[in-house]
Amino acid sequence: MATPFSRRFSVARRRLLGGMTMVAFLSTCGAISSLAAAPAEANTLRAVMHSGLRVLDPITTTAHITRDHGYMIWDTLLGMDDKFQPQPQMADWSVSDDGMTYTFTLRDGLSWHDGGEVTAKDVVASFKRWTARDGGGQMLMDHVESVEATDARNMTLTLSSPFAYVLELMAKPSSVPLFVMPERIASKSPDETLTVEDQIGSGPFTFVADEYDPGNRVVYEKFEDYVPRKESASWTAGGKVVKVDRVEWINMSDAQTALNALNSGEIDFLENPSTDLLPVLQANPELTIDKINELGNQTIGRFNFLYPPFDNPEIRRAALLAMNQTDVLASLIGNPEFYTPCDSMYGCQTPLATDAGAPDSLAAGGGTEAAKKMLADAGYDGTPVVMMQPTDAPTVSPQPVIAAQLLRQAGFTVDLQPMDWQTLVTRRASQQPPSEGGWNMFFTNWYIPEVWNPLVNPMLNGRGKDGGWFGWPNDAELESMRNEFAKATSDDDRKAIAERIQQHAFEQVTYIPLGEYSVPATWNNDLSGILHSPVPVFWNITKSE
Amino acid sequence: MFSYCLRRTLAAVPVMVVVALFVFLLLRLSPGDPAAIIAGDMATPEQLDRIRETLGLNQPIYIQFFHWSGELLRGDFGTSLMSNLPVTQLMAQRLEPTVSLALLSIALSVVVAVPMGVIAAWKHGSLIDNAIMSMSVLGFSVPVFVIGYILIKIFAIDLGWLPVQGFKRISQDGFGPFIQHAILPALMLSTIYIALIARMTRASMLDVLGEDYIRTAHAKGASEKRVLFKHALRNAGVPILEVIGTGFALMITGVVVTESVFNIPGLGRLTVDAILSRDYPVIQGLILVTSGVYVLINLAIDLSYALLDPRIRYQ
Repeated sequence: MATPFSRRFSVARRRLLGGMTMVAFLSTCGAISSLAAAPAEANTLRAVMHSGLRVLDPITTTAHITRDHGYMIWDTLLGMDDKFQPQPQMADWSVSDDGMTYTFTLRDGLSWHDGGEVTAKDVVASFKRWTARDGGGQMLMDHVESVEATDARNMTLTLSSPFAYVLELMAKPSSVPLFVMPERIASKSPDETLTVEDQIGSGPFTFVADEYDPGNRVVYEKFEDYVPRKESASWTAGGKVVKVDRVEWINMSDAQTALNALNSGEIDFLENPSTDLLPVLQANPELTIDKINELGNQTIGRFNFLYPPFDNPEIRRAALLAMNQTDVLASLIGNPEFYTPCDSMYGCQTPLATDAGAPDSLAAGGGTEAAKKMLADAGYDGTPVVMMQPTDAPTVSPQPVIAAQLLRQAGFTVDLQPMDWQTLVTRRASQQPPSEGGWNMFFTNWYIPEVWNPLVNPMLNGRGKDGGWFGWPNDAELESMRNEFAKATSDDDRKAIAERIQQHAFEQVTYIPLGEYSVPATWNNDLSGILHSPVPVFWNITKSE
Repeated sequence: MFSYCLRRTLAAVPVMVVVALFVFLLLRLSPGDPAAIIAGDMATPEQLDRIRETLGLNQPIYIQFFHWSGELLRGDFGTSLMSNLPVTQLMAQRLEPTVSLALLSIALSVVVAVPMGVIAAWKHGSLIDNAIMSMSVLGFSVPVFVIGYILIKIFAIDLGWLPVQGFKRISQDGFGPFIQHAILPALMLSTIYIALIARMTRASMLDVLGEDYIRTAHAKGASEKRVLFKHALRNAGVPILEVIGTGFALMITGVVVTESVFNIPGLGRLTVDAILSRDYPVIQGLILVTSGVYVLINLAIDLSYALLDPRIRYQ
């Protein structure tokens, strides 16, 4: 039984608890409202990139997000400008009269994030690791006699046979650029990925290891000791002048969430908004929408040359005739503002752009009847085309569906096999017959700087099963022409050889270019100075108060 | 009691071993290759082989298993194939967001749902009962991400009171920023649990309210509130507690949609990322930890029965 005291106590306690609850509630509301109103720090740039950063080694992987990370913390020996011309970045160069010896001289003021100067030994180690992994680098090494540090600031590269693309390959912006790392880090095996502790560079930003959350968030701070070049910035060349204190990349797996965050000002920059959400962003006057990667991407279809039916060039040509870039691109991107049919294997806005060898029907269709006839003439026996269709990657999901229908209309039997992208990238490495876990055809996309000439374009590699890219065409004539291209020194010669290569590649249907697309990036108007570049870079950007 | 806890904990060991073996084999037998994911589009088959060798993926499965179990016995979950970071570090980074969000959500669910269920049972058959049960059906039926987007639209975009996304840790940023970022996801996450717990509370209360001792309590002149909350709710508590405990375990392991909609770096997103990138050590570590959480929560639920029902004793 409750006594008067306990009853009084109970009442008092209830009042006290009620009061405390109210205080807590009001405090929380106050905290909420004050924090909600708190402005973002003016000098922190928050960006949502196309994917989360998980692998920290831009030499081991060709993942674009890792390459973009590389540009933040490592500098490149050379840069490439918007005319596709190699330019000095960490080093200037000179070439001997016979074109066989290149000397690279490091500029003043280059230092590592953890102290110490960049030396030519670091460059040599970085060059060797890069050539062990990169296709272009490997091709270059086929013509290299020696590479050595002659003193602390000079590296000499001596060729064993003429090769005219040394500088272009060393300056290429993607997919594996020649990043310069400290010798102790660059000495690691190229098959062993770098760790958090290895994120030491001499680039314009430092990596904040304590705040790194793989796949979710990565933070960079301005490297105060970085000395930019004096020239104005152009692509990956010129002065990398950092104008913000800190850059945060936040991964958002949900496109709608990223859009909401940009609209509400919680992030400043969205690299790759979903095209179907662009109208919502376009309606916001506080946002800028622009194609920073003006060259865009090339979407492609690739055959397996090892097994029927695509071991037969006539059948590959029939498949080429059946294709229709406009249908594929419309399905992939939707808005014609963001895609362009293109007959050039090198991209349509590059110095080597050509329509040599492309069938008239490729851009807009109309080749179905010719394809049917060619298929019949080739003696196609109905062998099913095992076509891999990734269902979890929006930028590679629609192509197989459209291509399968186009091939069926031309008389092919198509076995469209849905799978996730990671299964596809595993399975495409299989050289087994399609009935035993292999494949006949798959689709992917490339940045234009990854295909813009016959040396860097992996689909134009004709080395077959020994060193070729997935699909493995064994094409000695193609390799011979690529070697010829590598030795050509004049622009006219290069252009002529590139045309011949493309003519040949279309005759052999080495692959099918299915057109180009470019999705614009979006950012808040308080950002200015965002550079147009085939890779997203964060120097030169100012964030206003 | 101690020996009971010990026996229950030891009984979990074979379960965990089977889970470990099953997960290990399932991952190795499913398609996908971490080496191909690391290497990217440009890699040649020779380069893939070399990376597989570096990662130890070219070894026979049984050797890989013994290697992994040996590390596990030393308390080492291994290293992520993608990020090269220890799995324990990755899980530790993601634990606080998930656990704090689950705790907040379950607290919110209990605070809202238990009174709702009690009132619905008390006013059985009335308009209030029907309204509460209708809300419960709605809570079950509407997909959680729809609720999330509606909450974001109202409270973050239109009213601007709360952030659209993100997470702040209590341990680093304090309670204010935490609650500011966690309240909308907690509301989203708790919707279905409010519906579930309210229904379960109502059903259990209806069973108990028909008992003789409730009639006796009324006959003794006990107030309605005392009858409901002291006599009825306590006796109806065992199944409710079961639902709450299981719900908490489900929240720990199944919040991936909420974490995606609100961009919360929790265990759910880590799991999905690890599966998509075939990061075997991370997936294995996460599933083992998850299994452990289930075992511990079930043990905690069993032990808590004794608090509610003095007739239950553990030997």
